[in-house]
Amino acid sequence: MRVERDVIYIIFASLLLMVIIPWSAGMLSEDIFFEWPFFFEVAIGGLLAGVMYSLVALGFVLIFKASGVFNFAQGAMVLFSALTLVGLNEMGLPMWLSIIATLIVMLILAIAIERVVLRSLVNQEHIILFMATIGIAYFLDGFGQTIWGSEVKLLDLGFSQNPDFYFGGLILINDFDLIAAGIAGVLVIALALFFQYTRIGRALRAVADDHQAALSVGIPLKHIWVIVWAVAGIVALVAGIMWGSKLGVQFSLALIALKALPVLILGGFTSVPGAIIGGLIIGAGEKLAEVFIAPMIGGGIEDWFAYMLALAFLVFRPQGLFGEKIIERV
Amino acid sequence: MHDHESAQDNLRLFRWRKQRVNINKVKTGLIAAAVGMASLVAAPAVMAADGQFVGSLVYRTGPYAPGGIPWADGFADYINLLNERDGGINGVKLDLEECDTAYNTDKGVECYERMKGNGPTGMPAVMPLSTGVTYALLDRVVADKIPLITSGYGRADGADGTVFPYVFVPPATYWGGADIAINYIASEEGGYGNLKGKKVALVYHDSAYGKEPIKTLEALAGQHGFELSLFPVPHPGLEQKATWLKIGRQLRPDYVLMWGWGVMNATAIKEAAAVNFPREKFIGVWWSGNDADMVPAGKAAVGYKSLQFNGVGADFDVHKMIKTVLYGNNKGSAKSVDGIGEVAYNRGLQSAVILTEALRSAMGEFGNKPMTGEQVQWAMDRLDITEARLKDLGAEGLFDPIKLSCSDHQGKGRAKVTQWDGKQWKAISDWIEPNSSMLRGMYVESAAAYAKEKGITPRDCK
Repeated sequence: MRVERDVIYIIFASLLLMVIIPWSAGMLSEDIFFEWPFFFEVAIGGLLAGVMYSLVALGFVLIFKASGVFNFAQGAMVLFSALTLVGLNEMGLPMWLSIIATLIVMLILAIAIERVVLRSLVNQEHIILFMATIGIAYFLDGFGQTIWGSEVKLLDLGFSQNPDFYFGGLILINDFDLIAAGIAGVLVIALALFFQYTRIGRALRAVADDHQAALSVGIPLKHIWVIVWAVAGIVALVAGIMWGSKLGVQFSLALIALKALPVLILGGFTSVPGAIIGGLIIGAGEKLAEVFIAPMIGGGIEDWFAYMLALAFLVFRPQGLFGEKIIERV
Repeated sequence: MHDHESAQDNLRLFRWRKQRVNINKVKTGLIAAAVGMASLVAAPAVMAADGQFVGSLVYRTGPYAPGGIPWADGFADYINLLNERDGGINGVKLDLEECDTAYNTDKGVECYERMKGNGPTGMPAVMPLSTGVTYALLDRVVADKIPLITSGYGRADGADGTVFPYVFVPPATYWGGADIAINYIASEEGGYGNLKGKKVALVYHDSAYGKEPIKTLEALAGQHGFELSLFPVPHPGLEQKATWLKIGRQLRPDYVLMWGWGVMNATAIKEAAAVNFPREKFIGVWWSGNDADMVPAGKAAVGYKSLQFNGVGADFDVHKMIKTVLYGNNKGSAKSVDGIGEVAYNRGLQSAVILTEALRSAMGEFGNKPMTGEQVQWAMDRLDITEARLKDLGAEGLFDPIKLSCSDHQGKGRAKVTQWDGKQWKAISDWIEPNSSMLRGMYVESAAAYAKEKGITPRDCK
């Protein structure tokens, strides 16, 4: 992947601002406590939180790459997969078997979505497909709760959740955040390789460009859609496991899509590396802002600050940091 | 020729398949229509009943369902217990109808409007189970003459019955809860005199609900000399790392209070653990103390404390009766008998007790027949659930006695402090009474401001 020079400049400038603004705020305001170890603790915590956002954002990117459609149902898929996993586990299946069974369920779901919803919408306007995904989201929210119930469920895969001190006891990092970052890293690398070096990956990119053109050169659109929705389902399951371990498996899991949106705006809707870099910038940016800027304006800013940060990037890169530049000549 | 015939065959096959598809579509449509008709036919059965209508606004679905389900089960179980065991109240059967709000204010108002005229006398009282719905109904209930009972939520100044004749807030308010939390911290520290110089942080849901205790806490901080720091958490509170880094690694307070809601609660407890903040110094209001909030927090929740305006446990006589009469005959509302006794379940029971005791009292005055909202308002104005009455109901120690009057729509407002041991809540204090002289002044002042804004002339309660 070739990274454009202005992208490197923007990332470098944003990193510089992430250091200068908190430091300046600490110098200017007595309300703000600034020490370098604490700054790094917040920044690392933010980067690791950002990885968790990327996990959700990846699912959106996959569907968008293959169909040019923003999949409104991605949050619902995260909830549905986690509910299914815990539900099967509670029925007595061992966890490893529950994971396999949930993967099969997500595959069946992908086939069902292609057969029932997408097949008849080939070559329709993207807005039609988008609205179809809104329908899928509401269906999955309701269907998942009907089958598995609305009670909150514990998902404990035995990951350590203890805080540990690093760098000579100066910086505190939670073990779980490190594990989540590791898992997300492996997933991102696997997906990047899949898209870059496999025939299916190339076919996916062709379909994203133009449905009809892809069909005309013999790319089986229906199969591609099933594959991509299944892969998005797998990503949803991984996100569901990690977020479910953190928050418990409950309806609120569907809301984590809200945390992925600024990541997508910033990173670009079509780039797997964009989702991860976007997640890191949003994660670190919102945490640093909450700790070092929020005290001056009353606190509680991290959610809207993430969106503001993403919009600020759009000023310089309208297609997102790693999004595809659209050039249409009249 | 052969090709032509083959093409004709293919065409016939295509038409036949198309017809099959159409027939299948018709079949699907007919089934859907039948299901729809069945639901329409089933609905009037509830409305046709001539007992005492009881409308229950619940949220068994949506993001807050984990806390809403046990409440709804507790409420329904108590109503059904009275029906099954006693044939209702004084021979008047209770016709319970639930309406799911999914904790949406618009749906809550819709439920109220849909149900307020049900049954022979309409809805006798509304318990919205949501501060948002409460605010939306404040004017409507006065016009409809239906009491609005908000137990542990809604407007704290609803305690002033002179301005709010149709609003009742027993057994406790958020302002009282804030005072009780500081009272408990003072007792832990060896008296109010030792609070001087202590740091107390409030982590709160950044909404009207979450901001409710701030005024009281600021007044108490001024009085007792502790330092209060505020940490708003934007809805829904899925991510609080920055907030907790500030609390646990920067401020390092002596105590943290929480006015949280839904997923925010478990996340806060986990993040508190992630920065090593001692859970024994972390105290939540009753809406941050559901069993459902502790489950996802797992081991991190052990030691965490919460205020409760009802007792905890499932071993009271009322629970035993419910188990025998309902669950023994497969008539329980909860999925399993294990759900009985969760704090939210007990809260549902308590709300049902308040409503049914008001109905019983109203029937004592107006006769054994379905009661109107106005008649129940009369009863709520003089509600007196004594210790002896609670004993009769099998709930002695589970609920605090409640005595209301024309001007006092709250009662004593007491609560207990409970602690999570990893499996269940354990009471670690007796009932703590808030500083009623200070709070009464605040209620009256706030209610007077509301009356002025709305042009309400307070009624004379002398």
